Amino acid sequence: MRLAEAWRVALEALRANRLRSMLTMLGVIIGVAAVVALVAIGTGTKEQIERQVEGLGSNLLIVVPGRLEAGAAPTSSPLTLDDVEAVGRIVGDRSRVAVTVSSGETVRAGKRSGFASMQGVTESTPTVFVRRLDRGAYLTRTDVNTGRRVAVLGAGVARELFGERDPIGRQMTIGGVRFRVIGVFEALGQSLGVDRDGEVHVPVTAAQRLLGTERIDGLAIRAPDRERIDQLGADVVAALSERHPDTDFSAVTQEQILGVLGDILGVLTGVLAAIAGISLLVGGVGVSNIMLVSVRERTKEIGLRKAVGARPRDIGVQFLLEAVLLTTTGGVLGMLLGGSSALLVDRLSPVPAALTWWSMALAFGVSAAVGIVFGVVPAQRAGRLDPVVALRTE
Amino acid sequence: MSGPAIVATDVSRTYQLDGVSVPALRGVSLTVESGDYLALVGASGSGKSTLMHLLGGLDRPTGGTLLIGGRDVAGLSPNEMAELRNTTIGFVFQSFHLLARTTAQDNVGLPLVYRGIGRRERRERSAAMLERVGLAHRIGHRPNQMSGGEQQRVAIARALITGPSVLLADEPTGNLDSATGQQVLTLLETLNAEGVAVVLVTHDREVADRARRQIVMKDGLIV
Repeated sequence: MRLAEAWRVALEALRANRLRSMLTMLGVIIGVAAVVALVAIGTGTKEQIERQVEGLGSNLLIVVPGRLEAGAAPTSSPLTLDDVEAVGRIVGDRSRVAVTVSSGETVRAGKRSGFASMQGVTESTPTVFVRRLDRGAYLTRTDVNTGRRVAVLGAGVARELFGERDPIGRQMTIGGVRFRVIGVFEALGQSLGVDRDGEVHVPVTAAQRLLGTERIDGLAIRAPDRERIDQLGADVVAALSERHPDTDFSAVTQEQILGVLGDILGVLTGVLAAIAGISLLVGGVGVSNIMLVSVRERTKEIGLRKAVGARPRDIGVQFLLEAVLLTTTGGVLGMLLGGSSALLVDRLSPVPAALTWWSMALAFGVSAAVGIVFGVVPAQRAGRLDPVVALRTE
Repeated sequence: MSGPAIVATDVSRTYQLDGVSVPALRGVSLTVESGDYLALVGASGSGKSTLMHLLGGLDRPTGGTLLIGGRDVAGLSPNEMAELRNTTIGFVFQSFHLLARTTAQDNVGLPLVYRGIGRRERRERSAAMLERVGLAHRIGHRPNQMSGGEQQRVAIARALITGPSVLLADEPTGNLDSATGQQVLTLLETLNAEGVAVVLVTHDREVADRARRQIVMKDGLIV
């Protein structure tokens, strides 16, 4: 039998039982749609996080006290501004080193108040990280050296405290201490689940005085070039360990952060896809079931076809194609449904989704494979039917 | 074809039903000459249907030898049996066995599907065959749009389209009124006159009397 003929027969058989074919397909449609949509959401989330980490700036080296590994206890920082000077000498350029000491503080301006993440920083922060101002100016070296009480607000904080008014030059308090607003950042949105528009940058010296501490929490270095980044990290960790023998230090690069996050999200996406895959499997069982019913219903037809010369293989192929046609049609419809759901989610909710050609191809391939795997038993059963018995069936 | 179409020598067929051996045929010898016209007669359970299935290559004997078209079916694979049915045998059934939802033309062309013949040639040949059985005007009709007699003529056209040497007709008039039955028999006789061997399986004496020879069966044996 020619293959084209077999396709035609399979299509006709499915058309003869339209409702049943649709319902059987529904299982596959839902399974494929779930795989496509969930993989799209997983991929979209991963891409978004990668963009955000890369958006921090390039060749970034982040140095923190403590070991960077799962389950490690948080370490209180022994670092001070003197250490930053020492690191600056290793790097050879103080403006490539940024520091932070951060604390959540109540901020107030007039009658309006809110909660902000106060970051004590140096003037080098916009050089190390990518941070653009919307209005005003950033902290200067003099501001940092003299501990001047000036502040640069995140877009969210500025909106919360000053509404539509221009905050530049206005007074505000942080933790009850008066500061003057000198700049406002461009809006950034969320990054790794942290609202980065809720930050307030003040000179590190002013922050330390306000918190009554000498410590800094960590520092970040923008390496001059990518090749030297690992060596630089090792040098900085060695120098800091010498100054503070009791404390471990870790230096991580963006690649390392991305690698860890990518692994976690990859596993997460895989788990989601596997769960969705189970529903595809259930759909396949439905196909198998309906094909067995179909073989039984058409026993007489099988007997007749055999009587006029169909080989066992001809009959088997016919039923196998019917199953494959069911699942691949379901696969295509599921791809459309899953793809459009993912786009809708991306458009209408904060959850990002990115369609990838490989997930579509995979879903289609899997649905075809499901048809073959779950169609093979009914097809073999049909092919092996004894024509005498089949013809006698009423 | 020269030589007999089918030769059965001491053929037996035993079924295994739940571990019990049930003999349906107990040593039957029979030759269907080319151009033969014979009737297999007997009560139900006499083994005539079993014999017909064997003669048509739908089943294999459990004993004896059976030559169809000169080939011993014992040595044939399922695929070769299918090919044998396709090329040498034409079946006509009591209940027609036409595919519903399929036109007369495509029903007639069905055996050619399994010969790998393209759709256009199938349609041409089946149209010609329908014309030969007097159904040129029913070419696009489905079985449920035709009378019983017409359906049986479609089935005969289907049996003939591969140019078989033997037509096996199992109670071909069983579901038809006597006038229509007469027409179908006349058609079979015309075809026989053109050289096709016809084997009629029937329990109707009147039908059997029209055949050139009768073979009467009882309890799995020819009497």
